[in-house]
Amino acid sequence: MSGGHSTYTPTSGLGRWIDQRMPLPRLMYDSFVAYPVPRNLNYAYTFGGILSIMLVAQIVTGVVLAMHYAADTTLAFGSVEKIMRDVNSGWLLRYLHSNGASFFFIAVYIHIMRGLYYGSYKAPRELLWILGCIIYLLMMATGFMGYVLPWGQMSFWGATVITGFFSAIPLVGNWIQELLLGGFAVDNPTLNRFFSLHYLLPFMIAGVVVLHVWALHVTGQTNPTGIEVKSKTDTVPFSPHATAKDAFAMVVFLAVFAYFVFYIPNFLGHPDNYTVANPLKTPAHIVPEWYYLPFYAILRAITFNIGPIDSKLGGVLAMFGSIAVLFFVPWLDTSKVRSAVYRPWYKLFFWLFVANAIMLGWLGSRAAEGIYVVLSQIGTLYYFAFFLIIMPVLGLIETPRRLPNSITEAVLEKNKGAASAHPVGATAAPDTKG
Amino acid sequence: MSATDTADPNRRDFLYIATGAAGVVGVAAVAWPFIDQMRPDASTRALAAIEVDVSAIEPGMSVTAKWRGKPVFIRNRTPEEIEAAKAVKLDELKDPVARNANISADAPATDADRSAGEGKENWLVMVGVCTHLGCVPLGQQGDFGGWFCPCHGSHYDTAGRIRKGPAPENLAVPVFSFISDTKIKIG
Repeated sequence: MSGGHSTYTPTSGLGRWIDQRMPLPRLMYDSFVAYPVPRNLNYAYTFGGILSIMLVAQIVTGVVLAMHYAADTTLAFGSVEKIMRDVNSGWLLRYLHSNGASFFFIAVYIHIMRGLYYGSYKAPRELLWILGCIIYLLMMATGFMGYVLPWGQMSFWGATVITGFFSAIPLVGNWIQELLLGGFAVDNPTLNRFFSLHYLLPFMIAGVVVLHVWALHVTGQTNPTGIEVKSKTDTVPFSPHATAKDAFAMVVFLAVFAYFVFYIPNFLGHPDNYTVANPLKTPAHIVPEWYYLPFYAILRAITFNIGPIDSKLGGVLAMFGSIAVLFFVPWLDTSKVRSAVYRPWYKLFFWLFVANAIMLGWLGSRAAEGIYVVLSQIGTLYYFAFFLIIMPVLGLIETPRRLPNSITEAVLEKNKGAASAHPVGATAAPDTKG
Repeated sequence: MSATDTADPNRRDFLYIATGAAGVVGVAAVAWPFIDQMRPDASTRALAAIEVDVSAIEPGMSVTAKWRGKPVFIRNRTPEEIEAAKAVKLDELKDPVARNANISADAPATDADRSAGEGKENWLVMVGVCTHLGCVPLGQQGDFGGWFCPCHGSHYDTAGRIRKGPAPENLAVPVFSFISDTKIKIG
């Protein structure tokens, strides 16, 4: 895809002068104007662009919030309230930032599910996928540390629970935990370093995003058929086609985002975080931010010892394992067919996986008692079975549907099918897709 | 190829490796302060021991003191609670070790070894931090009438021993002593 030679021709004298010295305009033109994209991309493929916008929005709102925030346990809670009440437009900037984190995660989950559905991780895009997993890990660390900064009850106790994970590691666990906390419990040193790292990590994410896009532009995008681009008729130029489609999706996404910011800004938050942190009193029910809930459910599902591994270490291993397993997906999936469109059984298990992940998220928000524990255990079992059993085995035994010869053929077949359906079936529903 | 390359390759290799090794040691030496600064600082490590007056704590009452940034539960147990704890057989316990910093590390988790000892068996002093993931358990709740951690559902009995749920260990008994009949020094 990137193999084609550059078609950029500077039109002005200044353009030629720059092009001979540092061809940045050429790089931009080749990457975002002339860059060929598969002609059959659907709206599931617009979330990469949406994520870029959200990263920029988080960095911009975050930098200005940092101008008013004080990372000190005696001041932090008050400084956030000051942002909400006294700072000009402070309420808007803070709600944009806190809801922006949630919408960043909504977009990344759709983006990851898109990748899992259309087999975007398969050769030759393994590194592209792994870079994405690294971005996701960095996002989780950033989101977690950001949630600590307002120094509410959930901030404090979330930090206590999550740094407590590390104490489960044999021998060096306590040393690592004290290293993270800068003390024996979550306190001022912890808040200070979390603020520092919360400011740093988004820029590291931006760095990995550059690598992610670079890797994408080397291999080219996948598409809903999963068939590689074979000829020029399979593609359209990035501009105006992808730019316009991405822009429209962004507008719709940001409209929903704006609805949350302006009408229900605290819907995704927790009321306990408007109570100042108290190290001597645990809230009745500690829950992390919604985007960690499935993993929290997996953590709590391990209530039994497994051989020499006690339940605490087992829960932590299962939780980290549930994210680590994503890195191995390119090698766990043995199917020769990339897209779920042509894999009837994989499609079924995939949607079960999505439903299971949502169920785990709901269970993560419940108390760790009774039936919820059993359901969490079943959900955890399916989560791991999907990656470790279904993916490798299904690829070997499943009979895929017939693949079209090319993207163009798939598009023409679909258009012909839709066109011929009209005169034949007089009562047929109108096209839902052009 | 110059003559020096072939004349004594071992000498040249040695110099390369030695230079590289010195570089690695140098980088590690520079990296260490950046890691070390994250560890608890001197003011945090200077653990001021605290003294708590327990004269006003009647049987069935507890106080929570703050020590090292963590809560410490001091409970004057009722005779019923002591009896209930004594009635438990050791092989029913998930964690059979006392976890009492004042006695040997492998002492069994009998009620006497968990409490303040001979003559003071009514006193139970424990770090109020769940051994699972660090929440503060709630007193006199749960299936065993001891402590219950609301975060992930760990139940402790009236001697602070883990009985049910994900926590791996009994609540820790810190170093403490009675400096008089009414005063406890923790730390």
